Amino acid sequence: MAKIIGLPKLSPTMEEGTLARWAKKEGDAIAIDDLIAEIETDKATMEWRAFDPGVLLKILVEEGAVLSPDAPVAIIGAAGEDVSALLGELAGGGPVPAPAPPKASAAAAPAAPAAASAAPAPVAPATGGRALASPLVRKLAREHDVDLTEVAGTGPKGRVIKRDLDAWLASPRAAAPAASAAPSGVRLPPRVEKLSSMRRTIARRLTESKQTVPHFYLTIDLDAAPLLAARAQLNAELERDGEKVSVNDLVIKACALALRRVPAANASFMGDAIHYHQVVDVSVAVAVPDGLVTPVVRDADRLGVRAIAAQVRELAKRARDKRLAPEEMTGGTFSISNLGMYGVEEFAAVINPPEGCLLAVGAVRDTPVVSGGQVVAGKRMKATLSCDHRVVDGAVGAEWLAAFKKVAEAPVLMLL
Amino acid sequence: MREVRYRDALREAMAEEMRRDPTVVLMGEEVGHYQGAYKVTQGLLEEFGDQRVIDTPIAEAGFSGIAVGAAMTGLRPIVEFMTWNFSLVAFDQIVNNAAKMYQMSGGQLPVPVVFRGPNASARQVGSQHSHAVEPFYTNVPGLYVVYPSTPRDAKGLLKTAIRSDNPVVFLEGETLYNAKGEVPEEEELIPFGVARVAREGTDVTVVTWGRPYVTVMKVAEELAERGVSCEVIDPRTLRPLDHETIVESVKKTNRCVVVHEHWPYGGPGAEIVDRVQRDAFDYLDAPILRATNLDVPMPYAIELENEVIVTEARVREAIERVCYLD
Repeated sequence: MAKIIGLPKLSPTMEEGTLARWAKKEGDAIAIDDLIAEIETDKATMEWRAFDPGVLLKILVEEGAVLSPDAPVAIIGAAGEDVSALLGELAGGGPVPAPAPPKASAAAAPAAPAAASAAPAPVAPATGGRALASPLVRKLAREHDVDLTEVAGTGPKGRVIKRDLDAWLASPRAAAPAASAAPSGVRLPPRVEKLSSMRRTIARRLTESKQTVPHFYLTIDLDAAPLLAARAQLNAELERDGEKVSVNDLVIKACALALRRVPAANASFMGDAIHYHQVVDVSVAVAVPDGLVTPVVRDADRLGVRAIAAQVRELAKRARDKRLAPEEMTGGTFSISNLGMYGVEEFAAVINPPEGCLLAVGAVRDTPVVSGGQVVAGKRMKATLSCDHRVVDGAVGAEWLAAFKKVAEAPVLMLL
Repeated sequence: MREVRYRDALREAMAEEMRRDPTVVLMGEEVGHYQGAYKVTQGLLEEFGDQRVIDTPIAEAGFSGIAVGAAMTGLRPIVEFMTWNFSLVAFDQIVNNAAKMYQMSGGQLPVPVVFRGPNASARQVGSQHSHAVEPFYTNVPGLYVVYPSTPRDAKGLLKTAIRSDNPVVFLEGETLYNAKGEVPEEEELIPFGVARVAREGTDVTVVTWGRPYVTVMKVAEELAERGVSCEVIDPRTLRPLDHETIVESVKKTNRCVVVHEHWPYGGPGAEIVDRVQRDAFDYLDAPILRATNLDVPMPYAIELENEVIVTEARVREAIERVCYLD
């Protein structure tokens, strides 16, 4: 029997998804595990595969529609089944006796507010037609988040081809606002870019964090020379295998060990209880072209530096390719964000809830230091711990930072 | 590098391999005393004698079967068909015996035989003598199908074919025998399944082989003057097909035209289109087009034949269409 299929919840934190691409069209047979559509969630572009066999009788939303989980997206049933009753039900907000004339029910829809909560309407309005475009243009349009119905096509039958998209992207409407590029006297309006799913998630989660989590910040300055020396020694050895470790990989390891020494900092505020984590899973912030994601290095306290380096490299690569699975980006117990490579000396970052702490790592810098009463050249690094005061008090945070500093300044402790 | 004609490059390949390996023998109509219908085998009877260069009766099914049997029992025969049109009476030997025995014997009976000869239209020889046979033979697993477009490839690929333990269908362009090109003095074996980028370009990938290769190179030259940069790829072996090189090129140019002399229905031309649409789908800015011989038996009248064989105009039109220049 035909039934309405809702948008699946493809990641634990998914609050809405964009129907990026239908892989089936109306009338197509669906076998178990067939790709039905691609859904862009807050984390990644996910494949939606069939649990049950049938025939795709009706597509209810267009590609690009932003939807809540369980919003009706399709009707699946047996070949040739009449779907007018189901369509009437969708439009009218409740079951209607078949054969209800679907058009009449649709016209009555606005008068039935019950439907609004059960079935939110697609955010993207129907454009009334699909733009003709070459496969290359469709791919580029996805990458640049361009609505192809806005681009004039010069190919046969108005097909949008690459040169059309190039011209559109180069036009003032699409180009980044560049004051210097504007002719004198002409003030260009801002370029309006729709939020991607990732950008929406970043905005929501970080606003929530900064509004609800009482942050405080502790900064420590440490001697980075031992870390640099350890890295040089390790890399001289790893060079044979074409591998290397970064300062950040060593920082991850030092954090993990500090969390073992001060477990009170490895905790989450969960409303009416505090969860003290018994595993050390470190989230690592990775910048990707349109935002950032935080893949998790599991059991970082038990991994060697080489294994951490390999995992971070692999996770970062897949993050940039948007190929991380949601479970690879959730469930961390502590976060690290490193802007040292941009020369940032120190910064304070927003906590990634429900984690209790986040360490913001600055650049290693050459600076004079006093050693044995003498001013000598030194290598220093600053790190700032953001703490959720509901879980971690000042003394605990300071104790953790001291433990971190101790391991970072004596990397040989990573052998223990 | 020295310049050699296509027919002489083929002869060099056979003579060198016959000197190297005493099990290589040559048989076919007029390959000996007459020195080859197209003079490809000139001088071989004198050098190797009538035990190894064998004139056969006009009986393709018979001598092809003898060659398959000889290959199964230890020789490496080269069979020359006076033209590939005549292979059709030996089709059963090639498809049912040559292509099958290695597999059916569980690897006990390799069939190292090369069937070679001129392919496609020879100009005004009529419909029965103008076949481009590559669709017939590329359809058969168990056969290698090779089609060189230049003297250098002709020599290097024929040497590889003679050393192959699998049967090889070696197609020579009938109207390419006089073509001159550079061929190295030193020995060169060109592997199967490796395409050659004949001309680098950025705007459109043109895949072609055999006589149309010459047509395409000429059109590419003309279009370059108009600012259209063609990348020309010659697969050299049609089975196995080096589709990676083609797909990588299309990913760069975003457009593809396939030009061939066989009929448009199916065949390696359609096979290439199928693979490109699948493996380079997200990179295509235009439909893949083909320029081919027309879908009719070859007419005898020269005015009609000139239109049926894939023309420069049709190649140019296809390239212009995928580049949206019309």
